[in-house]
Amino acid sequence: MAVRVTAPAVRAERRNPRPAYRAHLIPKVRRNVGAWGFLIGAVLCFSFFSWYPIVREVIMSFQKPVYGGGYAWAGWTNYVRIFHDPTFWQAWRNTLEFTLLALVIGFVVPFFVALLLNELRHAKGYLRVLVYLPVMLPPASALLLFAYFYNPQYGLFDDLLRILHLPTSQWVFQPGSGFVSTAMVSVVIASTWMNMGGATLIYLAALQNIPGELYEAAEIEGAGLIRRIRHVTIPQTRLILMLLLMLQVVATMQMFIESFVLTNGGGGVGNNTLSVVMLIYQYAFAMSGASNYNSASALGVVLMLVLAVFSGGLLWATRERG
Amino acid sequence: MKSRQRYRLPYRPVVVVAAVAGLALTAAACSSSTASSGGGTAGGNVTISIDCAPPASQQPVQHKEWVEDIALFEKANPNITVNSVYNYPCEVPATFTAMLRGGTESDIFYTYFTDLPQVLLAGQAADITQYVNSKTVPNLKDIVSGSMKAVTAGTTVYGLPTSNYTQGLIYNRQLFSEAGLNPNDPPTTWAEVEQDAEAISKLGHGINGWGDYSAGNNGGWHFSSYLDALGGTMVNDSTGTPTAAFDTSDGVAILQALHTLRFTDSAMSATQGLAWGTLQQQFAAGKLGMYIAAPDDIYNVIVPSDKGNLNDIAMGPLPSLTGAPAGSLSGGNDYVFAKHDTPAQIEAGIKWIDFEDLTPGDGQFDFSRQKADGFPVGFPEPELFGGTTGTKINQLRTEYATINTSYYEPFVKANEAGDGEPMDAQAVYKTLDPVMLAVLTEANADIPALLKTAATNVNTILANSGG
Repeated sequence: MAVRVTAPAVRAERRNPRPAYRAHLIPKVRRNVGAWGFLIGAVLCFSFFSWYPIVREVIMSFQKPVYGGGYAWAGWTNYVRIFHDPTFWQAWRNTLEFTLLALVIGFVVPFFVALLLNELRHAKGYLRVLVYLPVMLPPASALLLFAYFYNPQYGLFDDLLRILHLPTSQWVFQPGSGFVSTAMVSVVIASTWMNMGGATLIYLAALQNIPGELYEAAEIEGAGLIRRIRHVTIPQTRLILMLLLMLQVVATMQMFIESFVLTNGGGGVGNNTLSVVMLIYQYAFAMSGASNYNSASALGVVLMLVLAVFSGGLLWATRERG
Repeated sequence: MKSRQRYRLPYRPVVVVAAVAGLALTAAACSSSTASSGGGTAGGNVTISIDCAPPASQQPVQHKEWVEDIALFEKANPNITVNSVYNYPCEVPATFTAMLRGGTESDIFYTYFTDLPQVLLAGQAADITQYVNSKTVPNLKDIVSGSMKAVTAGTTVYGLPTSNYTQGLIYNRQLFSEAGLNPNDPPTTWAEVEQDAEAISKLGHGINGWGDYSAGNNGGWHFSSYLDALGGTMVNDSTGTPTAAFDTSDGVAILQALHTLRFTDSAMSATQGLAWGTLQQQFAAGKLGMYIAAPDDIYNVIVPSDKGNLNDIAMGPLPSLTGAPAGSLSGGNDYVFAKHDTPAQIEAGIKWIDFEDLTPGDGQFDFSRQKADGFPVGFPEPELFGGTTGTKINQLRTEYATINTSYYEPFVKANEAGDGEPMDAQAVYKTLDPVMLAVLTEANADIPALLKTAATNVNTILANSGG
């Protein structure tokens, strides 16, 4: 049936042309305004507080300060300078030492604590709170507590050693530049105590997602505890393990506050707990007139590249095949 | 269903408000703000912000007097408002560096004498040369030249000095007596220091004869002063390229003496890695016999903050090898005017500093009020002025003295020559901290090797300084 369009209706259409795309766009915008709001906020936050500082850091690493304020281009000077600084290599070596020790202690211990918590039948909730409690302490407070424990004059640990008639230690101020030094182990112990609660809870959540039938089947097949862990628990939590491994390495490579607080900002005897990030801090802030933001930026860029290569490599090596 | 709808948050407005708030917060966080507070024009109303105002919690008497002085000053100058920024310690190198880079300093900001090159490199100082003269600062000609030099580059003046110091030996008379030592005869050589420190440590109860720093740049700072007392210097800047000058037999002798105090005499605490503030606490608690510092440690920290007993405290000269210190590290502090200051703010700031810090009988030199407030009066420093102004201040200081000035005579009589701080002082001190730490924690420390490494590192810093 043909529709008759009256003359006034046609005139109204001509006065208020409403193209088809507008008719579609407005409801679409209305429907997505919330999403756009959140997206813009997130993008702005990331832009100002993450991406801009990264870009600025890279630019600053190729600049040098000019007397009276401002900067001039410096080429590779800052990179050459940091590579010639003897503390640069020591800081990397210390950071590697901390990362490996933190992996051995800080990656494995929470996993076994989670296994234990998962097996418990009683007081589960209390023990979980107990394990997580240190995470709630502000890091500086937790470390000041450990600084007190480590004090060689009136600290808890040396008091215990004295009671047991064992030789005492200066802990974080113990001289020694070996790869597994007492000073670094002391820092790792404090760090693990502070941080293991978070990792333990994540492991626990992963463990509780493993279907019980898998364990039952393994038991029927005659698998003992070790084989159950090896053939059921670890494969089932593989993704979480890999993710936490990557996060752990990235976090430990950026170790700062642990050594800074425990050694009063000094980096230990013979700089034996000085980390890369502490060196960045020293370049940028601790030397007053000779402080150099540009060398600090260059070292920051080097650290960022190392971490990016490591993370990429780990993701590639542990990707799902087939 | 209906009621649920009624109480639902209006979704879109919330999102819009959140987005706008986020944007506003982001913009606020990213905006570069300074502490500048109202420039005004010459003759009109003007507001100045000034840091290093004494906080009530840490320096109650100084705080009370500061507040009184602000009221007096503002009454005399009704067009000027002073906004105090309360902070103590007045400067921490890390935050100071960040403040300069961010350009967020107060209109008039506190600096150490060693800071001017850093302030100028950052482009944060205002040229106040044309505003500083005998009319605006009547006692200008009597300010000791070393102190004016600290705020001057070439012929351009950027600030005004407010205090200066040399260092000496602060010791606990009570512990000296208990250890059978003569409290009127402080040690003057390192050998005597060892004898006295060992005797004090034998008192037990956690008492140590000697204390020293090895963190927070303070270890290097003390080493520098010890070296000055032996006639040495940290940096040789008389030649074209400045170089480290502390890797000498005197440097080794100093570190060897400290190592002996720690490991042979057992006269030092097993707790090391200490930074500024800790020795004052130990000293005030009667757990430390001796350490080196400037007199202001006593009246700014040990007595008011750490509640030490003023009657137990005395001062002698810095230890040396001969008993007569060749010099002492000298330093001080000042107020620099920020780049963003208007001419009216500069004039107002100079007026305030002149009133508070540079006039006998007023502000920091109002000894009559300090005596009435129970603040200890009569310490030998600051010696900011020579000439008639210096004489007048010393007359007032003697007139209102509340301390036993004879306890400080050994320090005054030594008349240590003030050696300024080395070039790139904080970086040099920072490099010497690990050396001090190793000497105080390693029983088998290789002192010559430690000094050699530190000298190499300092030479690297000096070669690259500021660039």
